[in-house]
Amino acid sequence: MSDIAIRVQELGKLYRIGTAAARHDTLRDALASLVRPSRSFSGQDNKASNGSHFWALKDISFEIKRGTVIGVIGRNGAGKSTLLKILSRITEPTTGFAEIHGRVGSLLEVGTGFHPELTGRENIYLNGAILGMKRVEIDRKFDEIVAFSEIERFLDTPVKRYSSGMYVRLAFAVAAHLEPEILLVDEVLAVGDAAFQKKCMGKMGDVAGHGRTVLFVSHNMGVISQMCPQSIALREGRIVDFGDTREVINRYLKTLQDGNRAYAIEDRFARYPDRDIVLTGSSLLDQDQEPTDLVIAGQPITMEFEYRTRNNPQYAEISLTIFNQLGIPVSHLNTAMLAGPLGPLGERGHFRCTLEDTPLPSGSYRVALAVHLHGRRVEEHESALEFDVDDSGFFAHQSHAALQYSTMLLRHAWLHGKA
Amino acid sequence: MIEQTGMITEEASSDEPALSSFASLVDIPVTVIEPSRGLSFIDLQAFWHYRELLYFLVWRDIKVRYKQTALGVIWVILQPLASMAIFTILFGVLLDAPSGEVPYPLFAFAGLLPWNYFSFALTRSSTSVVTNANLVTKIYFPRVMIPLSAVISGLVDFVVSLLVFVVMMVLFAITPTWAILLLPLFLLLAMLTSLGFGLWLSALNVRYRDINHLAPFIVQIWMYLTPVVYATTLIPERFRFLLSLNPMTGVIEGFRWALFGPGVTDTVLAPAFVALSVGIALVVFFTGLVFFRTTEKTFADIV
Ligand SMILES: Nc1ncnc2c1ncn2[C@@H]1O[C@H](COP(=O)(O)OP(=O)(O)O)[C@@H](O)[C@H]1O
Repeated sequence: MSDIAIRVQELGKLYRIGTAAARHDTLRDALASLVRPSRSFSGQDNKASNGSHFWALKDISFEIKRGTVIGVIGRNGAGKSTLLKILSRITEPTTGFAEIHGRVGSLLEVGTGFHPELTGRENIYLNGAILGMKRVEIDRKFDEIVAFSEIERFLDTPVKRYSSGMYVRLAFAVAAHLEPEILLVDEVLAVGDAAFQKKCMGKMGDVAGHGRTVLFVSHNMGVISQMCPQSIALREGRIVDFGDTREVINRYLKTLQDGNRAYAIEDRFARYPDRDIVLTGSSLLDQDQEPTDLVIAGQPITMEFEYRTRNNPQYAEISLTIFNQLGIPVSHLNTAMLAGPLGPLGERGHFRCTLEDTPLPSGSYRVALAVHLHGRRVEEHESALEFDVDDSGFFAHQSHAALQYSTMLLRHAWLHGKA
Repeated sequence: MIEQTGMITEEASSDEPALSSFASLVDIPVTVIEPSRGLSFIDLQAFWHYRELLYFLVWRDIKVRYKQTALGVIWVILQPLASMAIFTILFGVLLDAPSGEVPYPLFAFAGLLPWNYFSFALTRSSTSVVTNANLVTKIYFPRVMIPLSAVISGLVDFVVSLLVFVVMMVLFAITPTWAILLLPLFLLLAMLTSLGFGLWLSALNVRYRDINHLAPFIVQIWMYLTPVVYATTLIPERFRFLLSLNPMTGVIEGFRWALFGPGVTDTVLAPAFVALSVGIALVVFFTGLVFFRTTEKTFADIV
């Protein structure tokens, strides 16, 4: 028996292009096209037969040794979730094969199968069974799970009455007690409060220490570098990097910036002789000041812009406009609103702008930037920074705000009164 | 025709995951994941492995159903009684439909008992995969368990109405015969039929969302094509065999036969007809199973 836990060869997954809504046909249309197969307007009728496809994953090959913890990074849409879904057998690969030695537990979401009408106690059993635990196993770990979740007092309350924090804690507590030989974890640590996240990571760290093999997807570079000695970087469905996590992350962040825009400083100074300040780079920092490329709605995020100056300007006014992927300006932020001009500037430095709560719906965003020196606009960028937002943890029960109806998420409460 | 590949082959049979102990190195299960070819049939091994999940899915359905409606059990008792009353007035009194030696209300109830179960199980199972999309896209387990759990959880309502029926039998002073021992067989046939059609419809529903609206409509029409509230003797002799193409005819005739005893209800339950009903139910079930198992690979992608 080899010491390989996961072996993947030439794995590929072909998806039909389209949003969820477009993936469904109606029986009526299908029957209609059976009756009149020749009449297809603009190819819409038979989108099933010749609809376009794309490779969400392509030529993926790697081997993972038993007992190692591997991080998986990549931008939204790179194929990370698809990879985990194939390895968890949720969806089938189109090409290639994977060989898995050992029992697999997958955690693609916290609280899968939780039912709001059921009590905390009932949901522990239900969720445990759904995650693949045996009943005796849940019985055995029950007290531990309850203690971990810190919700003892509400054990017999339906979870629909839980606050979002309690809900997530309970869901995590169950998940944290999974003990498969191979654990596949998707971006689940993104939800929940920071203290509890730490606790879960501690528990997961224990897991890693017990000879378990873990494949861990996250946008949080801090967590990845803390937990995973080695990482895989995916880009547009292909593996572009596999090795020592620190190096992989460094190269990854670099490609992110290269991909976003090139800040060739000297060049820019030369091109814009009238500008005494230019942007040299931008990045996104999470609440622990770790670089990240994902914004979690509901959590603080810091946008950082690096600059260089010449001719010794003193103060700068910065304004940012955040646009969503539909091109709609979502919000305008300006130093004049809060701090006043920033400075003295010096030769080089950075501006940081921290959003406290980030109430943005899931999607891609760009930040346009303008810098004023002494009242004169001297530098501007249509897209100084780009980022993706995940809003799945913003409200108590995961639900995504549709972009066409929302430009922002509002904290709200529901109340019901009977006349 | 059926190629028994399945997408997964589990090669070891150990049930308990043994963690990182050297002894376990020998029986670490190896899972091979690859694109599947051809038609798939049931993977009994996986099914057995996940049996507890089936239990919990059924348990969840039942718990939630009885928690959500304050009326709960009362509703389950009232519903067949109310339809019985309506049909008794319509068919029993106004149309004076024949019901053999059995009082019409009982006759109708005996038909509604399996029919209500069937209609509940069929509508629930046909939408089950879509309503459980969050499970389908987030974890692996034999997908067949979803419609199956819907069919099983419907049994609770059935048992409650059966108890009501027993009370009525006592009130009408009817003593069952040995035939009642065969009742479970006809119930099994009802389950098989609803699961068979449920497998077809739930798999189709993933792609064709209008099945949602279609299913209740089908059930409605189907009821009048089934001798639920009338006796088969109402149908001219030469068309009767057409009735038995409908597996639910076998179920309902069988129920009356088992509950009231042979020869009491004026039925024309020729064994050949029952055999035909059973045969058709089996065909629907097995084709449904193959269709479901073959299309289930795309469930997570399009649901
Ligand atoms: N069921 C699906 N049908 C069609 N396209 C999909 C489906 N699931 C994911 N995709 C697409 O596949 C690509 C990879 O997605 P995913 O694996 O979720 O990326 P990541 O997890 O890295 O963000 C994306 O372009 C996504 O839109």
